[in-house]
Amino acid sequence: MTKLEAVIQNSKLEAVKSALQEIGVEGMTVLEVRGHGRQKGHTEVYRGREYSVDLIPKTKLEMVLADGLVDKAVNAIMGAARTGKIGDGKIFLSRIEEAIRIRNDERGEGAL
Amino acid sequence: MNGSRAELPIRKLLTIGLLTLLLIAALAPVLCAQTTASTQGATADTNARLAKLEQQAADAKSSADNAWMLTSAALVLMMTGPGLALFYGGLVRKKNVLGTMMQSFALMAVITVLWGLFSYSLAFGPGNSFIGSFHNLFLNGVGAAPDADYSATIPAQTFMIYQLMFAIITPGLIAGAFAERMKFSAMLVFMILWSILVYDPMAHMVWGKGGLLNASLGGRFPTLDFAGGTVVHITSGVSALVCALYLGKRLGYPKEPMPPHSVVLSFIGACLLWVGWFGFNAGSALASGSLATSAFVATHFAAATAALGWAGAEWVRNGKPSVLGGISGAVAGLVAITPASGFVKPMPALIIGLIAGVFCYWMVVKVKAKFGYDDSLDAFGVHGAGGTIGALLTGVFAVSAVNPIFKDAQGNTLASGLIEGNAHQMLNQLVGVLIAWGLAIVGTLIILKVVDLTIGLRVSEEEEVQGLDLSQHGEEGYYWEASASAWPAAPALHREESVRYAEQDLKRT
Repeated sequence: MTKLEAVIQNSKLEAVKSALQEIGVEGMTVLEVRGHGRQKGHTEVYRGREYSVDLIPKTKLEMVLADGLVDKAVNAIMGAARTGKIGDGKIFLSRIEEAIRIRNDERGEGAL
Repeated sequence: MNGSRAELPIRKLLTIGLLTLLLIAALAPVLCAQTTASTQGATADTNARLAKLEQQAADAKSSADNAWMLTSAALVLMMTGPGLALFYGGLVRKKNVLGTMMQSFALMAVITVLWGLFSYSLAFGPGNSFIGSFHNLFLNGVGAAPDADYSATIPAQTFMIYQLMFAIITPGLIAGAFAERMKFSAMLVFMILWSILVYDPMAHMVWGKGGLLNASLGGRFPTLDFAGGTVVHITSGVSALVCALYLGKRLGYPKEPMPPHSVVLSFIGACLLWVGWFGFNAGSALASGSLATSAFVATHFAAATAALGWAGAEWVRNGKPSVLGGISGAVAGLVAITPASGFVKPMPALIIGLIAGVFCYWMVVKVKAKFGYDDSLDAFGVHGAGGTIGALLTGVFAVSAVNPIFKDAQGNTLASGLIEGNAHQMLNQLVGVLIAWGLAIVGTLIILKVVDLTIGLRVSEEEEVQGLDLSQHGEEGYYWEASASAWPAAPALHREESVRYAEQDLKRT
């Protein structure tokens, strides 16, 4: 099992979600997050005081996938979330040792 | 025969004629008397009907004026809550939103009680040049009958409740200067003392009978202040500056970012202020006639150009006109037109607004930054600066065609402002402005010192970091449900238990 974490542009959430559903991803967790990579922030001015905002609002998706689905999911996200500009986000993959369904104690890929 | 036959009708006729004449002669006095009586009766009847009609016309005018004045009173209260509460509430950080709103709301309750007990009497009761008296203590003598010195057509009680709404919002404006760092208890004591020692005397001097600056009731220095440029905005704005300097900066200012947590709330608040200001200014005509209309128009026009002025200045300097700039400008224009609203025509109102919008922008952005004081929500930059410039411009643009306020001994209308050739009025306006500044500075300093030495002004550092909502009121403006589910009803029980244990401990020691 593999955990896929993707940080994407807020505006790309719907496109990514439907692309993942098409290839058979059944569950995901979506978070509203703030952060930055190489993208610079922006400046806000309130009554003459400038505030530089370097933590930019992003959307983060988390899902744990059966190994057979990982490449397809990565491609789906890349296809749906890419605009070609700085700030498109990143995808992280990591190994997962175990998954447990709380309702019935089912384990492994069956619990996903 | 013929002759006698012919004589008979003649004699008969003569007799009848004589008798008729006699009868008329006998009855003449009676008939004449009756005619006079009926004429007299008709005159009396007409007089009675006229008097009745006049009474009905007066009643109708009184009802019309009263309807507008009660509406205006409600509009002015709406300026404090929710208007000012939202405007200020949006400008602070999330952790202080309730504390800031509560400062406005508490005044709606506290000042009302003071006003009923004695403040109305101090401000508007008969007195000397500087303050009223206890003549109307507990609203004694303030009832359905009009007080002709103030307004002959509305009940004195209507005038009282209308003026109360001004007494509520004025100290509320100061709160913008000490936002996010003053103890609630200290705020209450400060506001009560300020209302009595600064607001009541200033209101009496400008609007009260016999007041030093009263323009229509024979003041020594007749200052034109239609709706409170000196009484409301200079006193509150200048006191705000004194508070900001005395209390010092918020922790972390100006290094830490402290942007408004919701310009959306501020936007709603500012728009409510704009609408409420029609009650504030047009209501200050104290009647529903053409003067109210004139003030309404001037108010609206000044708000418009001031919004354009402030946002336009931002557009030129920063490349973008901000929403906060637009609404701040509108409020600045409304402040500046307040003293002028019942004296100036629409085109000068446009000019006053534009000047105020740009001037207040410069005060808030440049002057504040240069001197480094933490007037957190710009109460001085908007109300102190806008009120001062407005009071002076009133002396420039006031015309007797709008409001014939100055009259000579024969009742002829005299010139009002500078553009009518009354340059001396500028001096009177300056005297009014200086007295308002002086009273605000001295009064506020004394009150701050007293409160500081007795109960202390600022919250502790820990409380300031935590925020006023939690530290002063035990609440949060925006509740995060997850934190609630972690603590079901238990904490109250824990508190009781811990108090009990603590008491037992005390007994043991």
